[in-house]
Order: sequence, then structure tokens, then C-alpha cells
Amino acid sequence: MIVIGERLNGQFKDVEKAIKNKDKKIVQDLAIGQIEAGADYLDVNVGTAVSSSEKKEAMIWLIEAIQEATDQPLALDTPIDAVMEASLKAAKNPPLINSTQADPEQLEKYINWALEYDASIIALTMDKDGVPNDVQKRVALAGNIVVAAMEAGLPFERLFIDPIILPVSAIQTQPGFVLEALKQLQGLSDPSPHFVIGLSNVSQTASENSLINRTFLAMCIAQGLDSAILDPFDDKLMDVMITAELLLNKQIYSDSYLSAYRSSKSN
Amino acid sequence: MTIERVTRKWKNSINVVTIGNDENKVQVGGETTLPFLHDEGEMPHKPVIALEVYDQVPDTWTDSLLETLGDVVKDPVEWAKKGKELGVDLISLRLTKHALEENPTSPKECAELAKAVSDATNLPLIVWGTGDKEPDNDMYPAVSQALAGQQCLFGSATEDNYKTLAATCIADGHNIISESPIDINICKQVNVLVSDMGFPLDKLVIFSANGPLGYGLEYAYSIMERTRLAALGGDKLMAMPIIANIGPEVQRAKEVKASVEEYPEWGSQKERGIGWEVATAVTYLQAGTDILTMCNPEAIKLVQEYIDGLMAAKK
Repeated sequence: MIVIGERLNGQFKDVEKAIKNKDKKIVQDLAIGQIEAGADYLDVNVGTAVSSSEKKEAMIWLIEAIQEATDQPLALDTPIDAVMEASLKAAKNPPLINSTQADPEQLEKYINWALEYDASIIALTMDKDGVPNDVQKRVALAGNIVVAAMEAGLPFERLFIDPIILPVSAIQTQPGFVLEALKQLQGLSDPSPHFVIGLSNVSQTASENSLINRTFLAMCIAQGLDSAILDPFDDKLMDVMITAELLLNKQIYSDSYLSAYRSSKSN
Repeated sequence: MTIERVTRKWKNSINVVTIGNDENKVQVGGETTLPFLHDEGEMPHKPVIALEVYDQVPDTWTDSLLETLGDVVKDPVEWAKKGKELGVDLISLRLTKHALEENPTSPKECAELAKAVSDATNLPLIVWGTGDKEPDNDMYPAVSQALAGQQCLFGSATEDNYKTLAATCIADGHNIISESPIDINICKQVNVLVSDMGFPLDKLVIFSANGPLGYGLEYAYSIMERTRLAALGGDKLMAMPIIANIGPEVQRAKEVKASVEEYPEWGSQKERGIGWEVATAVTYLQAGTDILTMCNPEAIKLVQEYIDGLMAAKK
């Protein structure tokens, strides 16, 4: 699994405070902590900590603060084009663009950025009409994304397709759509792109959020998910992720397979 | 019709393990592909051969081999010097007398012998215990300390006996063989246990136990190959060079032990012994073995040629 740590997001109170007070220590501790817990990428999002006009400056400050502490690649998470472009310029190591929608113009622009900055990219199976309320449109949009990447010459190992999960507490049919879409998208191309979800979204506003996250992650991994934006500090969640991959024969079993996975990440 | 050449790019490479001091070091591992596929990936270090030297005359070996080796088998230091003549890369010293029930040698005597072998040959050393927990754990610290700075390869850590050896080798800077009984899950487990002690992964060599031709060779081969495939596929806990025990195992085969009088149709016992050791060695080389431990001087020469031939294909 490619783990994208979600904690460096201004929607979390500690990060919001750190951005407002320019407190690098909090940011850097979260960066290192997430890497130690198994994050391959660090998602960076200023959230609502600052007003729109200050977002670019806040994002660059965040990126630079993190990069003072680690070389781990970043997932640049902003819906604003100008902020994304500035972030791409500030990122030292090939980052992950998070994210583009599947509308042709935006797709083209963002894939070109990925090529220009040697970046990988998350493409959402949604367009200007919003998140599809079914399986078919997700699969059709994923097809468009793959074709656009192929035409532009972006290698599939740098393409992450996100079938988008909505909160189960709001729309209970959506998790099933995502699972079925993941299943149908296996074998879409060879080599295959990566499949990613923003896991915590499934449990937003639910009281059993950690349990829902864990259960849904295992179900998605069984359908071919190989990357997730999640909270690596949730040990039980990470245990489920490691175990699901073990059960799919992606790791060689040993009695200490949990610590084996963790120590091989840290080595 | 032209057939497209299919090559594969692997995610991970095998660790490079250095055995020996600055002057005599031997390096193994570093592969980025399966054995000898020089046009697919790198095989920066050639497989190496260690001469088996025991601290007493092995009582299970054939007279045919003992005659070939001659009087040196009575003196481990002289025996080891024979390795120098043969041009082997390392000496594989088997300490067994410390585990005798009657008159066992002391850890100090083991240490003196190991030091004498090291000094006499100036070849990197592999040092094995017998697998008997208590006497081995008494022996390891003394021998390890006497060879501090020589960066030897010590065998072996097992699932139920690894702590003393790991602690000792961390202190004195040696490498360790992690041993498992032809079981890939236990192989990984031993590596986890040793690395959880703080022992560096790039100082470990895998020994997954192996039989000679005719005695489960296919089984050991497939475990070795699967270990290597997992390592190249990204499993860092399996990405160690592999050592295979060739000579002593071959000495256990009926086809090697039987005299020409018992089986006239099998032909010369001496030639059978050589052939069996060569066949076993080259098979394990193809499974991914980096270090072969061998006994028979004639077999050693043939396998040296075989390795040189396969490495010559490297561009």
C-alpha cells in the first residue's frame, strides 16, 4: 500500500493553530511522526486556517517547514490552480498532485503539470456535474482519465485514480458504488494505474469513525485498492491494512508480520 | 517473425554484505535481478566459495574424500591453508568440539583456533557452531571477541536462539547467518527477530537449509527462489544474500557414500563424489545462492570455472 498521511491539514485544530502562529515545530513533528507510522507521502492542505487570499502564502510556508525536517515526498492538496502551481515549484522531491477532476480541460492542464514537474497525480472520477451517484459513470470517467494520461505520455505508475467515497452517514449507497467501481476497474490497463481513496471521508460525522474506516479499508483493499489517504497514527487501522495485504499474499507471512512490515518501512 | 525479448525491472535489490577486513574483504549480493541474467539487471558481485574446515576429522565423511584431502584434515590450520592454495574466497570453520560431552574444548581454545586459522590464511572467515544452544552460546562471545575487526560471518541465528549471537556480533562488528528449516515464513521471522534486536539488515545472510541432489533439493531450491523473488519484489526483510551448505550435505547422500563394491554399476566413488557436489552447487547457484560451502578440491575447481564462465557473459 502507498500510504498518504492526512494529518497535515488545516482542518485539524493543531495544524490550523500552527499555520496561524507559524509554529514549525508542530508541523515538523506531525511530518516525522507520520513517516515513522508508515506514511509514504505527506498530504499538505491549509484547509480553512486562513482566508482565500492568504492560502498561497500559507501553503508555501507549510511546504517549506516540512521540507526543513524531511525529504519525504508531499501530496499537494489544494483546489486552487494558482496555489497548486506555486506548490509544485516549492516541492523539492517529485510530489503527488491532489487532485484533478475528470473534465477534459482540467485533466489536460493538470496532467501537463505532472509531466512538467515530474509529479504523480490523483484524478477523481467526478466532473462538473459532481460525484456520480452510480458505478457506471465512475468507470466511464476513469476510462477518460486513463486515455488522457496515455495520450499525454504520463506513465501509469504516476497515475492514481480516486473513485471518491462520500460519508456513509449521508448517502448509504455510495460505499457499495465505490467497491463495485474498484472491482470493475481492475484490468483497465496493463500496467494498471494506482487506486486511492480519501478514507476518512467515509466516516465523517459518524460516531464509530475509526471502526468504519478500518472495515471499509479492508473491503476496498480486497477489491484492488493499493493506496489511501488516511491517518497513519491510527494503529488499529494500520494493522488492518497490513493484515489485508498479508491475506492477499502481497507479503510473506511470518509470526511477527506486523512488526516486519513496520521495520521494513523504517529501514 | 521476430520475438520480442521480455525483460523485467525489479523494485528492490539484494543487500551487499561485506565479509572480512579492509585487506581481504569479500562482498556478496547486490543483485537487481535473478541469477546471471546480465542483460536484465546487475549482478555486481560473483558468487563465492568457502572451503569447509572442521576442528576435528568429520566422522561421517567418506574415506574417498578424506583421502583426497589428505593429512591436513587432522590440523584445521593446515586444512585452511589448503583453501588458500585452491583459491577459495573464504574459509568456513565448523567448531564442534566445544559441544562434545566428553572433554569439550573451552571457549578460549575455540577462540585461539579461529584466530590461528584467520592469521594463517588471511581469508575472511565464516564461523559456525553446532546448533547446540548452550555450548554455542558459551563459545560465541569468546570467538567473536578474538576476531573483532575481522567482520566475520557467524552462524547461525535461529528462531529459538538468536539473542546471544546478535548481541555479540553487534558488539564486535560481525555479520550473522539467519537460519530456518526450509520454511520461508520462519526465514522471515528470524530476520525480524534479529533486526528487532537492533542488528542491521545489511549484515545478515540467509541460510534456509538445503539438501543435496536427490534429497529434497527441489524443495530447498523453490524456497530459495521464492525468497529471492520476494526480495526483488520489494520485501526488504528477505533481501539478503543466501548461503548454501553444499559439501557436508553431499557427504550424506547414499550415492556418495556407497562404495564401488556395493554398486559396481555406479562407477568410481571418487568421481561420483565430485559430480554430486558439483551438481548440487550449480543448481543452488541458479536458485540465487551467493555463498557456497564446499569440501572437495576437484569439485571446487569445477564450480570456480562454472562461475567464471557465467560471469564472463556479463557485459
